[in-house]
Amino acid sequence: MQTLSSRERERRATSGGGSRSAPVPLLVPAIVGMLFLVVPLLGLVFRAPWGQAWTILHGSAAGEALRLSLWTSTTATAISLVVGVPLAWVLARTHFPGLRLVRALVTLPLVLPPVVGGVALLLAFGRSGFVGQYLDQWFGITLPFTPAAVVIAETFVAMPFLIVTVEGALRSADQGFEEAAATLGAGRMTVFRRVTVPLVAPSLVAGAVLCWARALGEFGATITFAGSYPGRTQTMPIAVYYALETDPDAAILLSLVLLLVSVVVLVALRDRWLRGAV
Amino acid sequence: MPRRLAVALVAAAVGLGSASCASGSSDTPSATSSSSLTGDITVLAAASLTESFTTLGRHFEAAHPGVTVRFSFAASSALAQQITDGAPADVFASASATTMRDVVTAGEASDPVVFATNSMEIAVPPTNPAKVTGVHDLTSTAVTTALCQPQVPCGATAAAVFTNAGITVTPVTLEPDVRSVLSKVELGEVDAGVVYVTDVLAAGEKVRGVEIPDDVNASTDYPIAPLAHSTHAEAASAFVDYVLSADGARVLSAAGFRQPGA
Repeated sequence: MQTLSSRERERRATSGGGSRSAPVPLLVPAIVGMLFLVVPLLGLVFRAPWGQAWTILHGSAAGEALRLSLWTSTTATAISLVVGVPLAWVLARTHFPGLRLVRALVTLPLVLPPVVGGVALLLAFGRSGFVGQYLDQWFGITLPFTPAAVVIAETFVAMPFLIVTVEGALRSADQGFEEAAATLGAGRMTVFRRVTVPLVAPSLVAGAVLCWARALGEFGATITFAGSYPGRTQTMPIAVYYALETDPDAAILLSLVLLLVSVVVLVALRDRWLRGAV
Repeated sequence: MPRRLAVALVAAAVGLGSASCASGSSDTPSATSSSSLTGDITVLAAASLTESFTTLGRHFEAAHPGVTVRFSFAASSALAQQITDGAPADVFASASATTMRDVVTAGEASDPVVFATNSMEIAVPPTNPAKVTGVHDLTSTAVTTALCQPQVPCGATAAAVFTNAGITVTPVTLEPDVRSVLSKVELGEVDAGVVYVTDVLAAGEKVRGVEIPDDVNASTDYPIAPLAHSTHAEAASAFVDYVLSADGARVLSAAGFRQPGA
């Protein structure tokens, strides 16, 4: 894969076909694709009981579920940044035997059904799991059915999104700047902090947003590993799932709240940070 | 399109059915004479019916070689919601009168018949780590307990037990159906789970049961009904009849269900 210098990219962008109209063979499937993604969301908007919205949301567990969802997904994203970015760097910039295997293992949660991830977490970190039993015996810590378990489940499922995005950016980034910095006497850690991170910043933010969004929507691993109890481990997606069985109107409104939060965050970040990255 | 597809499916099923009749009628005595029933029926059944209905389905298929029975086992409340949202299915077997009533009210079924009843038991891991001896132990915060969601029949029936006993239990998790409660106990992740008597039996060695005395225990009815939008109404009502038959009662009793009125 060849990388473009930033000047070359700019030249192409300005002379390129942004303003030309799309040919019909592309336009028609594009419209179909857009409708497919947008129509279900319109379904939520049309069916929502707007009149009683406030009473229903006020009476439901929406507030605590939303609060739980927001802080757990944000914590999961923070953890992913702290350990995921260094991991992405190692995968992109170093060579060691078994590198490909490590990369495959690290990105496995991307393709693994989340429920399977939840079972795996339970068997590892559960009270009788092969790690969890020592946490219990030595420290008296039991993770399942706690908010910490929600964060762990979300991190497990969402971190690979950050790793894949950042690793891709690191691979395609121009290493000339890093080499120049190194030639000028910067240590590897300084190069990472002062050159590499700013270079891939847009992808870093994009990866973090993807990771956060995936964590916010996490369902399968969470309900399997953390269970569901209102106010403690019942996140918004789980609250929606159960509300559908008891009070479909509440389920629709909860979904809309989640949708609104996601849209606000995406739009706010897009304007500030993600121009061209997402 | 759906009609043509249905015709094709029926034709295929008839073909299969007659083929199997022709080849092996001698070694399946029950499959001999009668059945002209054909089709592929989908039975939505409460999670607690997993083993017994799978067995009944196999028996029914042996008696009606033209019919294939497919099951979807889940919380009755979840199934009821799927049915009212238009899930293509032929029979609904629920673990509570309430969830069946929702389906009947929605016009998706009529004239449900109760085919079994079930009551609750405490399932604990084989080692019984929290030394649970009765429902009153579940009130302790030192005992981690899993229950079903309150709208799921097993959750509602467990709540009735706690009301009878005059206790309040704060679970660590409210699970989507009774089988997820059972598996949390099997995995040793909770100290106790309130499940059906039949679930403790079905789990065998993997859990130990702690009985709930009759004076505080609660039971739930299992109604069954063919669904209004079934595309194989005849096969669907034949399956319902089979569940209500003496053969059906025998399989259900072996699994620990009680007969209504018994």
